[in-house]
Amino acid sequence: MDFLIFQIPILMVQASMDGILLGILFALIAYGMALQWGVMNIINIAQGELVILGGYIAYFMYMAGIHPAFGVIVSPIVMYFVGWGLYKTIIFRVVDRDLFISILATFGISILTQQLMNFVFGSDVVVAQSNFGTTMLFNSMVTLPNSKIFAAVVSVIFAMLLVLYMRRSKLGRAIRATAQNARAAKILGVDTESVYAATFGINAALCGVAGALIAITFTLHPYVGLPYTVRSFMIVIIAGLGNLPAVALSGMGLGVFEEFSDYILGTEFRIAAVFLLLVLILVYRRFKLARKREYLK
Amino acid sequence: MNNKIIFYGLIVAFGLVVPFLFPAFKLQISIMLILIILSLTWDVQGGQMGYNTFGNILFFGLGMYICSSFQIGLFFPLAEWTASGGEKTFVHTPTQFFQGFAVGLVLSGIIPALVAALIGYGILGLRGHYFAICTLGLGIAAGELAGGIELVGAGQGMTSPPWPKGIGDTELRSEFFYYICFTLMVCTFLFLRWAYTTRFGLVLNAIRDNEDKAEAMGINTMRYKITGWVVSAFFVGMAGGLMGNMIGYIEPVETAFAGRTFGVFMVLMAILGGKGTLWGPVIGAVAFHIFKEGFWIFFLGWQYVALGALIVIVVIFFPEGIMGWFREKYPERFGEVIDEEDRKAEVKLN
Repeated sequence: MDFLIFQIPILMVQASMDGILLGILFALIAYGMALQWGVMNIINIAQGELVILGGYIAYFMYMAGIHPAFGVIVSPIVMYFVGWGLYKTIIFRVVDRDLFISILATFGISILTQQLMNFVFGSDVVVAQSNFGTTMLFNSMVTLPNSKIFAAVVSVIFAMLLVLYMRRSKLGRAIRATAQNARAAKILGVDTESVYAATFGINAALCGVAGALIAITFTLHPYVGLPYTVRSFMIVIIAGLGNLPAVALSGMGLGVFEEFSDYILGTEFRIAAVFLLLVLILVYRRFKLARKREYLK
Repeated sequence: MNNKIIFYGLIVAFGLVVPFLFPAFKLQISIMLILIILSLTWDVQGGQMGYNTFGNILFFGLGMYICSSFQIGLFFPLAEWTASGGEKTFVHTPTQFFQGFAVGLVLSGIIPALVAALIGYGILGLRGHYFAICTLGLGIAAGELAGGIELVGAGQGMTSPPWPKGIGDTELRSEFFYYICFTLMVCTFLFLRWAYTTRFGLVLNAIRDNEDKAEAMGINTMRYKITGWVVSAFFVGMAGGLMGNMIGYIEPVETAFAGRTFGVFMVLMAILGGKGTLWGPVIGAVAFHIFKEGFWIFFLGWQYVALGALIVIVVIFFPEGIMGWFREKYPERFGEVIDEEDRKAEVKLN
């Protein structure tokens, strides 16, 4: 290092902007994870694979000559049914069981999906060109691809729509009731089984939106799903379940952290930085909780 | 008691003559022995202690790198070795090879054990799924980090020293590694068998059943948890060092910190065999290895699909494993006495 990062303010602005736009996208995935973790008490390791699968749907539209931005409409619809089918075949067997069983079962699904995607879509790194151009800021010293801005805006719109849906609709009320107390909801006439299926479907649909946006802004590859799972897990444990502003904020924080670590450490350590941050957060959390237990004694 | 000694003696005798019975499968059986070590040591955490770890692969990769690095670094400059990409500029003499191997193997056990002791206090305080995800992150982070370090070949990986010339052919090489693997496996098994009979084993089971209660009874659970992890790390590290030498090539993500292969295998084998038992992981490893090799040969390309499907099926429909199934079928064999009166008695609800 022959210079320090704070000596080049333009680069800092660039990294922060990139990070915030990226972080909104992460927050969308994390919101899906928080939803199904809160309602079904399942940690879905295959979350990242659902994202990548959604991305490939947008990529296929691009290959067929349709503009990939329409993927944000088609992909969630397809992914809703994928998620629903996944619930009806496998996930419903692990809902009431030990958390580790759900982790391991979804880990198996993740390996299975990776390999099937590798067969169907090939192992090349692909990207769907959106041709949105770029926006120049500050005398063209900061460049932002319009596709990233589009991705952030679409993520916000979908998150808002989901919040409204959860507040206003009948199914949203049923989902919230089931999250609070599944047994009481069942007694009061909520069909929890179909609520679970719908929740998993909505989670998969959110992943589909995020995947379509990732296909436009970044690259797709069958084996890059796990980092997305870990990012959303991290965001959820920082923000807590069902706290949407905190999810958005910590998502942006994670995005900024990633961009900065990218500039400072180099791109080859980017994934390592994400996973090390996960370990650090969990260990920090453990010491904080241990201190809380000391107080209680 | 006598029966048991004869049984173990037969197994050891069988293990000693295997390379002459199946000369074509020596390397395969050595890998199976490594898998048995991995699943036995995973069971210390996953089965006996109730801490489901995905992170034991960290020690496997660490041992692999350490063993080969010391084997090379004791005699030649390591950076030039990795830069030359395994070309034959530096050749080990037989004495150098075996000296380096012995030092490397011992250190590949000790250093991961030290690492486990160091990080154990932070990591083992996590519970349940937080522990599982945290260790998953550790293993992957280690692989990504190793892929960025130039000294050990970065993303291209490094070659471990080849078998020295002039003391026999590849047959002797595989026999040598087979016997080392076999010794290590027997040592691991006997050590764990002894450890489970002591207070240490009882405390591990107490932690699994109810950690808070164990703590309330005055047991320093953290000390026992760290000890358990150190034991695992020691044997897994040595297995890693052996494996690196056997396959001759170390790649950071695919062989060393291979979360997608060995990292999952060890969990799956222990669960398949029956976690929390002594023999379960051994049976699971043997069964899994036979299944795996069959698939790898006849359905090449579909192996990861099969692996994913197998994980889902075993976890959902068969979580007790083979030993658990036997236990349900023949409880008397496991020392569980079931009262005939109780079995026949009708259960009346009010």
